[in-house]
Amino acid sequence: MPVTRASDFRPGDRIVLVGTMKGVFVFRGRGRGYQRVDGPRFPGQPVYALAYDDRGGRTRLHAGTEHPHFGSLLRTSADLGRTWSEPAEPNLKFPADTDLALKQIWQIAPGRADEPDVLYCGVNPSSLFESRDGGLSFSLVRSLYDHPHRAKWTPGGGGMCLHTILAHPQDKRTMLVAMSTGGVYRTTDGGMSWQASNTGIRAEFLPDKHPEFGQCVHKVVHHPARPDRYFLQNHWGLYRSDDGGANWKDIANGVPSDFGFAMASHPHDPDTVYIVPLESDGFRCTPEARLRVYRTRDAGASWKPLTRGLPQKDAWETVLRDGLTTDAADPAGIYFGTRSGKLFASRSDGGSWDCLAEGLPPVTCVRAAVVRDGTP
Amino acid sequence: MTVSVRIPGPLRPLCDGKSRLVVEGATTVAAAIGQLPAGVRERILDERGAVRPHVNVFVGETSIRETGGLATPLADGASIFVIPAVSGGSYVLQP
Repeated sequence: MPVTRASDFRPGDRIVLVGTMKGVFVFRGRGRGYQRVDGPRFPGQPVYALAYDDRGGRTRLHAGTEHPHFGSLLRTSADLGRTWSEPAEPNLKFPADTDLALKQIWQIAPGRADEPDVLYCGVNPSSLFESRDGGLSFSLVRSLYDHPHRAKWTPGGGGMCLHTILAHPQDKRTMLVAMSTGGVYRTTDGGMSWQASNTGIRAEFLPDKHPEFGQCVHKVVHHPARPDRYFLQNHWGLYRSDDGGANWKDIANGVPSDFGFAMASHPHDPDTVYIVPLESDGFRCTPEARLRVYRTRDAGASWKPLTRGLPQKDAWETVLRDGLTTDAADPAGIYFGTRSGKLFASRSDGGSWDCLAEGLPPVTCVRAAVVRDGTP
Repeated sequence: MTVSVRIPGPLRPLCDGKSRLVVEGATTVAAAIGQLPAGVRERILDERGAVRPHVNVFVGETSIRETGGLATPLADGASIFVIPAVSGGSYVLQP
């Protein structure tokens, strides 16, 4: 498969950004085919977080790179990946009084549509950063950093990561974040205060199975058209909240396991959500060695497996928490990457799948979009 | 008093491609690193001022871990080597 560095994109192309433990790969979808057009970009550097951001009439890509020796940076591309920023000085830094050092960027979340220069990053150790200049510089969100629970948050398998950031699209006072471990925290006063919001979520690994906080939440999603309803994949447990995250109820109806990491909301249908269940915390592979994406179209009342084009034999696969995503096409493109380095795509809401690549480094995150403006 | 700092390849683009920088008046390793160009020192030290976990710093042939860390004193003409550690390419993969 030829690789070009000067990837050209036209309006209407799909762009698929794949973060791996050894750099970023970029795929372009045009017509019915996909082509790898770049990568590995930042070879050797783990990339846990990527974002496509076309707010404010301009398109930017963001990547959180972790150099094996020299630290983590947020990099930005204004030309769809042809060139990326190389900040001379790290743009995410903990203030000196915290006595903390940034390990990795785990989530890059563009802010609300009418605030195109606002960008959020969730990091290890569990903290939220905010940029108001499009990602050039960031400041620590002190109100969450100062939360009295912080001393009792503990590392999950991937470290102390704040991995989910969901800004309410209309209500600027409201935001939900999630971390492993720690669980869900919400603010409803514009970030002045944060409350643990885990009522109903299990913590199988603690003596008290329903503590106020300390859950190992793996991913939370919502749909912009119904932003007060959330879906949550837990470290054991699949949940929905209908009241803005205040209470959570079990929706593991018809899944082979309620353990898993990845979760994605359909771009157009608020009732449709995708997950990839895994066997257990002790055996983090797809159950029965079958690679199945599960989809609900009724907000969790039922889940059905999607298998056409996916290996149903000898497939001991793992999809990590940001390894599953959608684009905004109609029907939607659904994409996921595996820890074994495979990349799959569906152009039909998940009805059938194609393998776009094998042999990539372990896939940590995937983001996709329909390109609006093409390459500058 | 003059000391030299050997710059590893990945950081040379941040100092005009130079492999060796000369620092004047630094009596400790911390002072010498503190005089390096912005961006270089932040890649050697984290925001707490600690040497990053996968970076090794030597004065001559001796790691500063054995000689007092960043407080290691420098003699005139000393050579500091900043070298990526062999441990840096291996990761425990999340989750």
